[in-house]
Amino acid sequence: MCVGVPMQVTSIEGDQAMTEVDGVRREANLMLLDQEVRVGDFVIVHAGFAISKLDEEDARETLSMMREMFTPEDMG
Amino acid sequence: MNYLDQFRDKEVVKGLAQRIGALTKGLGKPLTFMEVCGTHTMAIYQYGLRSLLPPEVRLISGPGCPVCVTPNGYLDRAVALSRLPDLIIASFGDMLRVPGSSSSLMEERAKGADIRVVYSPLDAVQIAVRNPGKRVVFLGVGFETTAPTIAGSILTANAQGVGNYFVLASHKTMPQPMAILSADPELSVDGYICPAHVSAIIGADAYRFLCRQYRVPCVVTGFEPTDVMQGVEMLVRQALSGESRVEIQYSRVVRWEGNAKAQAILAEVFTPFDAQWRGIGTLPGSGLRIAEPYRGYDAELAIPVDVEPLKEHKGCLCGEILKGKVSPFDCPLFGKNCTPECPVGACMVSSEGTCAAAFKYQF
Repeated sequence: MCVGVPMQVTSIEGDQAMTEVDGVRREANLMLLDQEVRVGDFVIVHAGFAISKLDEEDARETLSMMREMFTPEDMG
Repeated sequence: MNYLDQFRDKEVVKGLAQRIGALTKGLGKPLTFMEVCGTHTMAIYQYGLRSLLPPEVRLISGPGCPVCVTPNGYLDRAVALSRLPDLIIASFGDMLRVPGSSSSLMEERAKGADIRVVYSPLDAVQIAVRNPGKRVVFLGVGFETTAPTIAGSILTANAQGVGNYFVLASHKTMPQPMAILSADPELSVDGYICPAHVSAIIGADAYRFLCRQYRVPCVVTGFEPTDVMQGVEMLVRQALSGESRVEIQYSRVVRWEGNAKAQAILAEVFTPFDAQWRGIGTLPGSGLRIAEPYRGYDAELAIPVDVEPLKEHKGCLCGEILKGKVSPFDCPLFGKNCTPECPVGACMVSSEGTCAAAFKYQF
């Protein structure tokens, strides 16, 4: 039930944003967010509300950490 | 396609599994980690993550499916409400097939009750606006991820002066059952895969007391398969070095302090109360009910109705499964009397229940 989909904001009008991912479009209400959101940002959408912003730079860092090769210490 | 799909990359998942295997090789006693979110339960089964992990790492499921921990009495009240004239029940889809003491919402709908599945609680407010002669009751079930969206719907109805919208609220909060399970000597959990989106709201700081009081490592973990594997690796590293800290694997979304605005809205609309959990019992301060200024929206107070006497399902081990004490395969009903088509217990009904996931992917 706690599934939230990362979606990209395509337009904002007041508290209501239009978001899109892989061609799927959904409205997302912004009233629960404490961070400023601009067109182009990714947000986590749950039950018609954006509940959090997604930090893209952080996402890329996490991906590169996951891809790190084995180091001798890992084999300890 | 977008770059976030890389969090499902098979090669990355395999690489992380190898790292975990190397770290835990030759470990005498296996490490037991519990996930307490149904979406994690689903991800672990769906991507077959258990089969990639070494025998030294055991993953068990906790009380993370909100539909599953909702007691029969709540469903009985929803069923009783659905039988009232000029009343529309609006709900997320998962609740419809859950059997109450003698009926389910699906059965009531087949008999003519007006029960509608919505994607957002705001859709339920719209149904109320379009049906001024009827009362609309939304079934407010869910943890801290979902509760703010229900609070948002009450604030929206309040701002728009919608007088025929009500919520039957049975929200639960996550840290309290984790404390109970941590103190259970039968379980001996070596670490928690902490929920992703619950934590986006409450913040990772909310788990610090678990590390302090029970010396159990906590890693806030995302829902993609690479996230889960990396979260497990972080838990393994903590367990091996004897540490017990809160770490955030899902740092692209979760902050230490959480979402202050959502927390403020929760505090405005809801107030904590002692909620009943299926299988666990009543836990002090573990639920959210509608607070005084918004009591007019509370379906339980606003729409009195006779509810049938409570009856539990015989032989069903949902309670023990929700505590992670037994696996679905230990239940005598599993796969025989209890299947997704004809479920007995809530863990088989909800798409993210442990039994439903085990049946779909492993049976």
